[in-house]
Amino acid sequence: MKLLSLIPVIAIGVLLLWAGQDFPKWGDVESPASKSPVSSHFIANTGVDTEVPNMVTAVLADYRGFDTMFETVVVFIAGMAVIAILRGSSIGRPRRKDHEVEAEPDLIVTNTVRLIVPVIQIFAFYVLAHGHVSPGGGFQGGVLMGASFILIALSWDLEKAMSRFPIERCLVVAAMGIVLYGGIGLLSMMLGGEFLDYAELEKILPVSREMARYHAMLGVEIGVGFTVAAIMFVLYANLASEGRLKEGL
Amino acid sequence: MEGGSLVSELFIERLNYCIYVILLLIGLWAMLAKRNLVKKLIGMSIFQTAIILFYVSIAVKKDATIPIYLAEHDPHGSHAKVATEENATENQVAYNPVELKPETVKGYANPLPHVLMLTAIVVGVATLGLALALTQRIYQGYGTIEEDELLDKLDRADERASQSPIIKEKRNAQRRKSTQRAKAKAAAGSVTKSNMAAKPSAVTKGKKKAQPKKSPSKTSATKAKPKPKS
Amino acid sequence: MENAIAWIFIFPLFGSVFVALSRYVNIKLAYPISVLSMAGALWAGVETLQQAMASPNHEISYLLGGWTLDLYPRGVGIEFRADLLASMIALIVLGVGLLVTVYSKIHVEKETPNKEAIYYSLMLLQITGLAGICLTGDAFNLYVLIEVAALTGYGLIAMGSNRAAAATYNYLILGTIGASLYLLGVGYLYIKTGTLNMVGIREVIEANGLADSATMQVAFVLIGVGILIKMAFFPFHAWLPNAYCNAPTTTSCLLAPLVTKVMIYVMIRMVLSVFGVEFSFESTIWVSCMPWLVVIAIVCAAFLALSQREIKRMLAYLIVAEVGYMVGGVWIYNYYGLIGSIFHIISDACMTLCLFLGAGIILHKCKTTHFDGLRGLFSRMPLTMIGFFIGGFSIIGLPPTCGFFSKWYLITGGMVSGRWEYMVVLMFSTMVMVVLFFRLIERIHLAVDESGKDLGKGHGDLGLTKEQTRFDEAPLVMLVPLLVSAATVLIIGVYNQDVVNQIETFLQAYDLPKGVEYK
Repeated sequence: MKLLSLIPVIAIGVLLLWAGQDFPKWGDVESPASKSPVSSHFIANTGVDTEVPNMVTAVLADYRGFDTMFETVVVFIAGMAVIAILRGSSIGRPRRKDHEVEAEPDLIVTNTVRLIVPVIQIFAFYVLAHGHVSPGGGFQGGVLMGASFILIALSWDLEKAMSRFPIERCLVVAAMGIVLYGGIGLLSMMLGGEFLDYAELEKILPVSREMARYHAMLGVEIGVGFTVAAIMFVLYANLASEGRLKEGL
Repeated sequence: MEGGSLVSELFIERLNYCIYVILLLIGLWAMLAKRNLVKKLIGMSIFQTAIILFYVSIAVKKDATIPIYLAEHDPHGSHAKVATEENATENQVAYNPVELKPETVKGYANPLPHVLMLTAIVVGVATLGLALALTQRIYQGYGTIEEDELLDKLDRADERASQSPIIKEKRNAQRRKSTQRAKAKAAAGSVTKSNMAAKPSAVTKGKKKAQPKKSPSKTSATKAKPKPKS
Repeated sequence: MENAIAWIFIFPLFGSVFVALSRYVNIKLAYPISVLSMAGALWAGVETLQQAMASPNHEISYLLGGWTLDLYPRGVGIEFRADLLASMIALIVLGVGLLVTVYSKIHVEKETPNKEAIYYSLMLLQITGLAGICLTGDAFNLYVLIEVAALTGYGLIAMGSNRAAAATYNYLILGTIGASLYLLGVGYLYIKTGTLNMVGIREVIEANGLADSATMQVAFVLIGVGILIKMAFFPFHAWLPNAYCNAPTTTSCLLAPLVTKVMIYVMIRMVLSVFGVEFSFESTIWVSCMPWLVVIAIVCAAFLALSQREIKRMLAYLIVAEVGYMVGGVWIYNYYGLIGSIFHIISDACMTLCLFLGAGIILHKCKTTHFDGLRGLFSRMPLTMIGFFIGGFSIIGLPPTCGFFSKWYLITGGMVSGRWEYMVVLMFSTMVMVVLFFRLIERIHLAVDESGKDLGKGHGDLGLTKEQTRFDEAPLVMLVPLLVSAATVLIIGVYNQDVVNQIETFLQAYDLPKGVEYK
């Protein structure tokens, strides 16, 4: 089987390498992708259209905001599917005792984490909000926030982390994230534009069209951050406890 | 010579593309050939990382900086024309950003592949999380994550599940009949023993002797043998 | 309503979020909210189709984010293009979704207790993903929506049991390979054309004459193979029977009619709109070799279906054979073949839905779908059996069901383009399907014993008690969707000329050969 599956793999490899001779050179400024009007518009006009210095965030949240909405939905789906797959699957099965280590949470670890976690969370907010001017944004900030809860779960106990952020609250927060993103889009549609046309929000906010895009992008990134933070913790909690949500790693 | 130019064009000028192809093949082969379920998932992760690497390498431009505006092009920076009373509308922020010229555009890397790959990374993470949950469920249900053992157990389970209901009925009926027969024999055996011996403990001895009747007669014969000796 | 096309995905998206939260409010709200969101989405789909039919060049172009087209030929944002093909298939997706959502009440409570909220939420998101795949006009957005549909599918199947989880793992590995190959192909397209909009890519290919470049050929192969894996074309079909048979009943009713057909739509879209007729059919070698692969696929799938003893597995292999029909219809490079292929997508969705709904009712009532457990069903559930067999007759291809007309166009296409192998294999597989379904009719309707012995004139002669043959029809919530889908099969058959007119209007823009004219 191992040798048999080598045949299609090598075939694909030869095909891909054969196609490589036609590619533009590495770093070519005149390559079709770099010269294309679409990406030139992004680089040249992001400041004019949206007044956001970070072009990647502007493309992600505004020009291609619809993709990002479905990406958030994908994260939500993964969280819910993991809950559904693992819930109730270990009823009647004794928990394996051989890989459990009976240990108290360590003093040094818990005190260090007690000092670090607030800093991590503030940094997560910073990364989220500063995504407009530096590399960052909703996904990055959300992952950092989720990681802070996972750190609590690792250094103490899953139950302590769950007491701070129970699964019901996680799902509600994740759902609120999607409602926020879709709600901003829906609001723009109600005000007369297309779905996710943030410039229409100038009719209710006291700012210009470009700044309306700027602020709506921040709202959208916050929604993304909510969902990603909650689902990261849901994934960890379910996988670490095999669906029981009682004892973790 | 043709061979030489192919090698130089492919492997020297476009080395980044060859590297991603090798990573992709390693990941794909691991997904197909490895027998451990978790190793397949590691292969899947490598495969998706190779595709991400390919896209990001499209975005590179020679001597270009990251796609975030430098200070001199920042729309909120000092270079932007400050709106005066004539051209400022009400509630407007006092900046007036300017579209960049094509020469300056060449100085920034292409932002579009980076955006696409942000999406692809997140989708990959979601798929990996789901796959790990599936692996845990399989382990809980079948006790193994080696593919060959798992396929054995699945084949046996499938065979049992896809039996015709008529055969199942016949088998259940046979089983019911055989248990009924054994119970009748046990009841009959205990009745005769209590007739022969007056002691109450004989009833229990009879019952104990009648139970091994279900197992083949060899064991009851071997059990009966030591008795006359002792 | 000019934003009708956006409501197609807004209704299920918000519906799914509220259903997921309904667990903490009142679990009984999950079912009504899902049915209402699906009804809203269906209304929006009907509106979109009407607008597409009424607009001047028969398509609606909806630009998300408001980035207008007059900046560059196809704009810089993401575009939703609802032309006639896309709106028809989106309408079918939404209709099937509504019927399955209505049907699902009893099954979901029985098979996945405590998980209803998540189940309905994932189901609504699956419909969102599938409808979005039909409508989108951007190649990378298509990848994201394919992944939405795939991940919800994995979740819906694996919720059932441990056996389902094992089948889903296999599906996940193969599905990820398929979707990633598609993504790689889109990357190759981007590196040579610089744009991601589907029509924009075709315009750049035609303007710069990129048809001979090696990158484009390889991109075509990668995208093609990726989509073939996801649509379960033989020999990549290995995931389909296990995944659909071990899944919860409603999941198989939802996924079986829709997922593979939407992937065939994606293939047609790539061939016609992205690469263009000239590139796909004349510059690649697929036209010469695909029909032969299709022949092998249909023959193998038909034989595998013959050897099954259980209704659901037989239907799963029938899906593989139907996929073969549609792929063949595209690659014989003929106008009538393509009409047949598109019409077959529509009719196959309806008839597969009919069959799977019927199989689900049989499973609910008889606790088994094995052939030997079906004695006396006709006197117990006559209406269900009528609905089930209308679906069966449509697969065989008897008029006036829609299956007859779509097969007519496929066979015409094979004949006029000189592809005799395709035509012969279509007729051969029709014979095999006749055997399959009349075998079932014998067992269910006539008094035939397992060994084939004829026992007399009715079910009373089968040795069944009066209890076993009294009228015990399926509950209404399951029966009505089955009868509605059977009625749809008949209606689409009777009004087939209207549907074909719309398909022909769509195909006017593409220059396809009409083949030999038989006088």
